[in-house]
Formats: sequence, C-alpha cells, structure tokens
Amino acid sequence: MSRRALDRLAERFGPDVLETQSHLGDESVTVRRPALRSVLQFCRDDPQLHMHLLLDVVGVDYPGRPQRFDVVYILRSLSTRERVRVKVQVAEGEAVPSVSDLWYSANWAEREVYDLFGVRFDGHPDLRRILCHHEFQGHALRKDYPIERGQMCYTVEHLLSDAEIAHGRELVGSAAQGDAAEIKSDFLSVNIGPSHPATHGALRIEALLDGETIVHSKAEIGYLHRCFEKEAEDHTWTQIIPYTDRLNYVSALTNNVAYVLAVEKLLGIDVPERARVIRVIVAEMGRIMDHLVCVGANLVDIGALTNFWYFWNARERLYGVVERLCGIRLTTNYTRIGGLYRDLYEGFEQDLRDALEHVERAIQDVTGLVQRNRIFFDRTVGVGVVSAQDALDWGFTGPCLRACGVDYDVRKAFPYSGYEQYEFDIPVGENGDAYDRVLVRIEEMHQSIGILRQALGRLPDGPIQSADRRVAMPSKDEVYNSIEGMMNHFKLVFEGIQVPAGEGYGFTEGANGELGFFIVSDGSGRPYRIKVRPPCFPIFSAYTKMIQGQMLADAVAILGGLNIIAGELDR
Amino acid sequence: MTLDHPQNYVTTKLRQAINWGRKYSLFPMPFGTACCAIEFMGVVGSFSDISRFGAEAVRFSPRQSDLLIVAGTISYKQAPILKRIYEQMAEPKWVIAMGVCASSGGFYNNYGTLQGTDRVIPTDLYVAGCPPSPENLLHALVLLQNKIEREGLETVKERHRVAAST
Repeated sequence: MSRRALDRLAERFGPDVLETQSHLGDESVTVRRPALRSVLQFCRDDPQLHMHLLLDVVGVDYPGRPQRFDVVYILRSLSTRERVRVKVQVAEGEAVPSVSDLWYSANWAEREVYDLFGVRFDGHPDLRRILCHHEFQGHALRKDYPIERGQMCYTVEHLLSDAEIAHGRELVGSAAQGDAAEIKSDFLSVNIGPSHPATHGALRIEALLDGETIVHSKAEIGYLHRCFEKEAEDHTWTQIIPYTDRLNYVSALTNNVAYVLAVEKLLGIDVPERARVIRVIVAEMGRIMDHLVCVGANLVDIGALTNFWYFWNARERLYGVVERLCGIRLTTNYTRIGGLYRDLYEGFEQDLRDALEHVERAIQDVTGLVQRNRIFFDRTVGVGVVSAQDALDWGFTGPCLRACGVDYDVRKAFPYSGYEQYEFDIPVGENGDAYDRVLVRIEEMHQSIGILRQALGRLPDGPIQSADRRVAMPSKDEVYNSIEGMMNHFKLVFEGIQVPAGEGYGFTEGANGELGFFIVSDGSGRPYRIKVRPPCFPIFSAYTKMIQGQMLADAVAILGGLNIIAGELDR
Repeated sequence: MTLDHPQNYVTTKLRQAINWGRKYSLFPMPFGTACCAIEFMGVVGSFSDISRFGAEAVRFSPRQSDLLIVAGTISYKQAPILKRIYEQMAEPKWVIAMGVCASSGGFYNNYGTLQGTDRVIPTDLYVAGCPPSPENLLHALVLLQNKIEREGLETVKERHRVAAST
C-alpha cells in the first residue's frame, strides 16, 4: 500500500499532522485535536482519498501519558482500496469534536468510546452510555478499572422520554395527518424486547406508533455485553481464541479464522498451505451455517415456519461435521496462531460433501417455497429499502451492503488466506430491500458451496502448523532432548506468545460483513487493547432509520434480514 | 363404566396425580440471550425434538409458561428484566439455567456479567456445557420431571418460606 494518502494529508494540513506511519499495509496519521474534524471531512470529500466508510471509532487508554487517551478513526475507501487510520490524543476532561454528522456510523461508535473510556464528543446528538447499564459508575475499559468489579443494576431505563410519548405528535410534526389525527387518538408507545421472539437475541426497541405505523423509535443494546475487550486484556493471545467463538456464535469458525489472521499480521508469520486451505474451508462452513440460521429465522418471522426446519436440518448435518472436527457443535475454538488446533479427521471430505448435498437440497426446497411466493413478495419487496449511499454512510458491510448494489467483499477486495485462487462471484442486489437481503444470502450460500468444493479438490498434504518457534510448540522429542526445545516450550507455556509492540487492523469477511480486529500490543504476552469491529454494530445502529415510517410488522421482517447477532453486537 | 371392577379405577394421591400431569406438559419459555439460545433451537428442532418429552409448546410469553429456560449469559443490564419475567410467570414454575454462563457466569468473570441466575431468581437445575449439547438439555428436562414428581403442591414462595424458617 502506498503512502499516497498520508502524503496528501501531510501536504494539505502541514503542522496539524503530528506523525505519519506506514506499518503492515495500514497507514496511520496522528493529528492535532482542533484539526480533527477538518481532516476527517477532507478524507471523506477529497476526490483522491474519498473515504466512503468510517468503519470504527476506537478508544485506547495510556494512563501514564499526559494526554491519556487515543481516539482512532478507521477509514476505508472503496474506489482506491486505501485505508487510513486517523488518530488524535485527548487528555482527561477534554472533548473531541463529533463526526456523527459526517458519517452516521460514528454515532454509536462515539457513544461506545464515551461509555467505556469517558471521552466526551462535542456536538454529539445523543451522548449516552450504550453497552454498560445506566446505573454504572466509572468507565470500564480504562486501565484502572478492575475487570471483576461488577455493578448490579436494579432498574430498567425508559428509552422514549415522557415528553416524547406525551408530545409525540408535536415532535414528529407532519405524521399527525394520518388516521390517528382523524379519530383523535394518541400515539402509542410499544416496547419490543429484550426478551422477544422477533429480536433473536437481546435487543430492545421502543417505538411510537400511529396506528400500525412507526413514527419514531429508539433502540437499545448492551444486554449481552460480556466484556470481550476487557477479557482480552486479561488473557494471553491464545486464550482469547475461545472468546472469539462467542462473538458471532452462529459462525464461530469464521471468527476463529478472523482473529488469528489479525494476530498473525502483527507477528508477520505465514501459515503452511494446508492450514490456509483448511481455514478457507472452515470459514466458508461458518458462513453457510450463519446464512442458514439468518434466512431461516427471517422467514419464521414473516410466517414461513417450514423453511426454518428445512434449513435447520441442513445445519444439523454441518454440525455433525463440526462436532467430529472440533469436538463441539457450536463453540469451536479451532484455529491457533500460526495454524490449527488439529488436522482434518479421516473421512472429513466425504462427510462434508454429503452435508453440502443436504444444504443444496434444503436451499432448493426453500427457494421453491418462497422465491415466487406471493405472500413472501408482499412482505419483503420494497420493505426496508436502503440506498447504496445511505448504506455506506451508515457503515454497512457484507450481505446488507451488497443487497444495496455495492459489490464490496473483503475476500475479493483484499484477499486473504488465498481467496484470490478460488473462483466465485459476489452476488449483489438491486433495490436494497428485505427481499434482496434474503436472496443475496441464499446466493452466497451457493457460492460458498462452490468455494468449499474447490478447496476440497486442492487440499494439499503437509503440516498444519507454522514451524515458527515464536508461536509453535516444539515436538516432544525436542522438549525432552534439547535445552533449547525445553526453554522454548517453557516460555510458550508460561509467558504465552509474544506479539511485537505495535498496532494493526486485521479484517476479514465475516458472515455479516467486515469483521475487524484492531490490535494494540505492547510486546508483552497479553494484548494491550483489542477492539472488535463487529459488522452488525453499525447495521443495527441504523435500524431505527430503516423502520421509520414502516409498519410495525415490517419492522420485524426487516430485523430478521439484518442478522443481528447480540454476541458480536455487544461483545 | 362402573367402579365395581378393580381394573376400572386406580387410586393415587392427589399430589401424585397433579404432578404426573405437570411433569409431562411443561410449557418452556426460552429466555434466550446468547449462544445457548442457538442450541435451544437445535433442541426444539426435528432432530433432537423436545416434544418427545412433552415440552414442545414453546411460549414466548412468561404468563403462558411454567418452565423458564435461561439460555445464555445474563449481564447486569439484563438482570432486572430476567427478574421481572420470572415474576410474571404464574405458579407453579421452574427454572433451568442452561449452560455455564447462566449457572455461574462461566468464563465471563467480569464487570458486565451476572455470576449466575441464582443471584436474582430461584433456580432449580443447572446444566453444564458451553453451550450444552441438545442431549444434555434433554437430560436436564428429565431430571426436572423427576424433581416435579417428588414435589409437594405448595408454591415456590411457600417452599422458600419453609426453607428459610428451618
């Protein structure tokens, strides 16, 4: 990756740029706080940079520094494929200008930094806690907050204020011309979730209804905040792998691969070809399993229960393969830094081919039932339409972005694990409605099955673990018969893998979109900071915008197709 | 039918007759928050098929169900909601903590995670596993049925009052 973007920023902003760095294919630039907003705006609007996507806003805490916090903005251009990180340093009590009006995706991301670090954002429309509960004291991801200090929560917060409910009509203004105005009825506020069959997880929405139409709504998350990022700072690099299973628990294998690839990027190690191909195999299995649940559950929500059983039985088949491979059905813990937990078992290839046949049959059955189904059309076509422009502004990636007609897929744009050697297409939609989102996912399953068959055909023999002694255990023979082997073993077991100091952003195509890990290492045996960029976090942040003006029942049909997984949403 | 012939009737205790009915017609309410909820889908799916044990009528309203299956991690933010849902259930009611997170917090010993559902609601059964396999949950269901069979007819509240006074 060239330094072009950095040079351009340095030339344009001169003394406001404190430092530029090119490392591991990522470019990062540190700017003065007052210039932050103009730098970010320039990044977005400059025709040569044209950073469409604000992927994430990350906070990092350095308690020893006078300017204690780093706030990092991860940007991406889809046209030039360039990626830039803009960094700013903030002292305790100082505020950063909000950019939530430049990219809507910054809205919730900034709230998260505020919640976990206590950095304020000037001009933010709704700066409240997002992951921790409203009775929480302190800021959890600061280094001086002890990890096990839990705080009990006794009350449930109302999302819509009394004023919003009482004066909803005046607030919303024009919507008062509907039926509700005619019959002089009031707006009705409805709470959905966090324990609701249609939310498929711990999400909560409070909506103000005019009859059946949603005129105003607010969403709340954080009900499954399991503190992945704090736990990561408390564990060795290898011990984090089981935690990654439980981010997007519907496709744990894909997460395993994403995490180890990000760490290997910092370590600068390559894995043997066999391990690379197996990683592609398990990642694509994860994608199929994810889409099976998402599409199946979405169809249940709009009344097509049978399809869920068809898809679930296909998934059971894949579970069988996964259980034989990893020892457990769901939380796989399969990859290792530098390789894999273990090799494929004998008969894996035949098992997988059989399972894929079942998946294909299930897809055929389901598409036969829904593809030309009038009820399905009525419920999904033209429902929850998102334009490509909005989708980028909101930070969409993955199938939801592709349904809007943008052919961005990390596997094609920034190939990893040898994806460039496989033949597959990126299905894109046209209208960006709920119908397109379902069909894009179904077509992606076909493509994944194709990738799996190609991978099985080219699976080479060889080792599955890198021989690099920084990450790989020496053989028992070496441990018992040589002093180097024994010391190497001792250090790997007691101190864990040592990742060189530095920071990097590793990203892959998860089942829901771009799954990124922003990693800061201080060279010790544990990460200094890991920030997950979960694909469904920005997607769900835009949910209230998508359901504005839609019917309540449509809100359910839309939510199912977005595939919001609470585990990675709240981490 | 007359009652003259001994084949035409059985005698039993009222408690046993009622518990026999209760144990084979559990209405579960899945309080699914995390990974375990996905395994719960597997349990109600046609392969594992929870209906073999008379508990297939899954209700998403606590007012219609008598078995609360807490499937997944309960965060502190979620705790008051779990408590309210438990209180909304009518007697008789039972609780299964599915998986280690619901049982004890699991490997999430941190600022956000409640260290077991029994911190906020009475829990009858703890199922090991992360997540438990479907067989494991079905085993728990059978154990719960055995427990119900041995129980009296008093409500959970009364049972706890007795336990507290002794």
